[in-house]
Amino acid sequence: MYDLIRCCIEGDVRAVARLITLLESGDREAYAALYRLKDHAGRAQVIGITGPPGAGKSTLADKLIAQFRSRGLKVGVLAVDPSSPFSGGAILGDRLRMQGHATDPGVFIRSLAARGSLGGISKATHAAIRVLDAAGYDIVLVETVGVGQSEIDIVRVADMVVLVSVPGLGDDIQVIKAGIMEIGDIFVVNKADRDGADRVVREIRAMLELQAQLKRGQTPEGGPDTLAARAPEFLHHTGLAEGWQPKAGNESGAPGEKESITAPKPGVLPEAGTISAALIIPPVLKTIAETGDGVKELAHAIFSHFETLSRTGELERKRLESIRYQLGQFVSNEIVHLMSLPELAAAQDELAHKVFSRKMDVYSAGIALFHTIIEQGASHEHPQA
Amino acid sequence: MERKIRVLIAKPGLDGHDRGAKVIARALRDAGMEVIYTGLRQTPEQIVSAAIQEDVDVIGLSILSGAHNHLFPRVVELLKQSGAEDVLVFGGGVIPEEDIPFLKSKGIAEVFGPGTPTSKTIEFIRANLKRPLN
Repeated sequence: MYDLIRCCIEGDVRAVARLITLLESGDREAYAALYRLKDHAGRAQVIGITGPPGAGKSTLADKLIAQFRSRGLKVGVLAVDPSSPFSGGAILGDRLRMQGHATDPGVFIRSLAARGSLGGISKATHAAIRVLDAAGYDIVLVETVGVGQSEIDIVRVADMVVLVSVPGLGDDIQVIKAGIMEIGDIFVVNKADRDGADRVVREIRAMLELQAQLKRGQTPEGGPDTLAARAPEFLHHTGLAEGWQPKAGNESGAPGEKESITAPKPGVLPEAGTISAALIIPPVLKTIAETGDGVKELAHAIFSHFETLSRTGELERKRLESIRYQLGQFVSNEIVHLMSLPELAAAQDELAHKVFSRKMDVYSAGIALFHTIIEQGASHEHPQA
Repeated sequence: MERKIRVLIAKPGLDGHDRGAKVIARALRDAGMEVIYTGLRQTPEQIVSAAIQEDVDVIGLSILSGAHNHLFPRVVELLKQSGAEDVLVFGGGVIPEEDIPFLKSKGIAEVFGPGTPTSKTIEFIRANLKRPLN
């Protein structure tokens, strides 16, 4: 295991691949050995890409890889696809869109099956990110499974989330719903050559504007066009969206609604620490991933957002929050693991019978089981790191 | 803790047709395996590089164009060069009977022609893995 970790840190592709396999299989020795990566951690920028199935996440990832490579950055990709709840098998097809980068030594692509996790990424994704980080990848792109409305685990592992939407998925009520729409740091409307793309952009912008107002405790007044008036107060990047316009100008946008906002560019940021993260209005960009239109602007927005995150201290706050979450996850995973031990399975069985025969109720039995687990956990031997 | 069997299904060369590859991918999925499908028109270099990054146990190559005698052995050769001899390689597609002994001599473990029941391929994979599952 020591050799494997050492080879990973040296960037050996086979070692990285093998270690991820062990982590995916829940190999306790491999997890215990991860501490050796800690001196090589925290360098990579972790970008999540999420959105509904077929939105173009993989194709967008493919084009983004090219953008990052043109800047000389090494890119690791973790592409998650769903596992069958029936057979446990999976078809991992994200890689198909990115195979053009297969022989580039500066790109490592790994497909992960969700293996029963329902939050859009797999249980091992966080650990796999750490491995790629330590192996020297500057960017780690994490593509989630095609998500619906509430699979938001990506926000727990990524420094920033690119939320990919497409025209035709619903009206503005979908846009203001809770869940997935709350986690985007950058919004992308892909397939922007399709009818309705500008409408989706406007709806998302209106939602984001409203969100920013509510966060500041203000009463919303007016629509997206009031953004221009308030622009100087906000740290927003909407100006980036103007960098690219669709070639076909047949969108039926309301006249005069050109969204030509004279927003301050990210270059004119206030002093560090003086702005609250809540005031950052995420940019909304249009792309056509298939042709690559708008992807350069997206890459620019990503770097710009990272700059903002670092400058405002938000990156540290997010990473700390992520670590807190991972710690919680680790503890619940440990408890699940302990419960699979024979002595605890027996205790669970015994308590279940007591509840069944009405000698106990399920809550006091649960508390009794919990105490047994804690006692067992204290005496349970962990593999030594 | 048991690993999942991971399989790369690839179409080397210039075929424009991948129905068979998708059928086998689907059958392996239903047998509980994790199947990475890399799509059409792959070079042996792309296939082997993907197989290593994905850390697969098995590569299934499907070919209809007639270039199997060149492309199949090339994949095995590249795996050897990369130190990944522990990957099981099988082939399928339209392969004449008389070519099969040659392909086997070049390290292709088995060749499954049209009409092979998918259960036969699944059994073959499970029985011939070169890496233990735990």
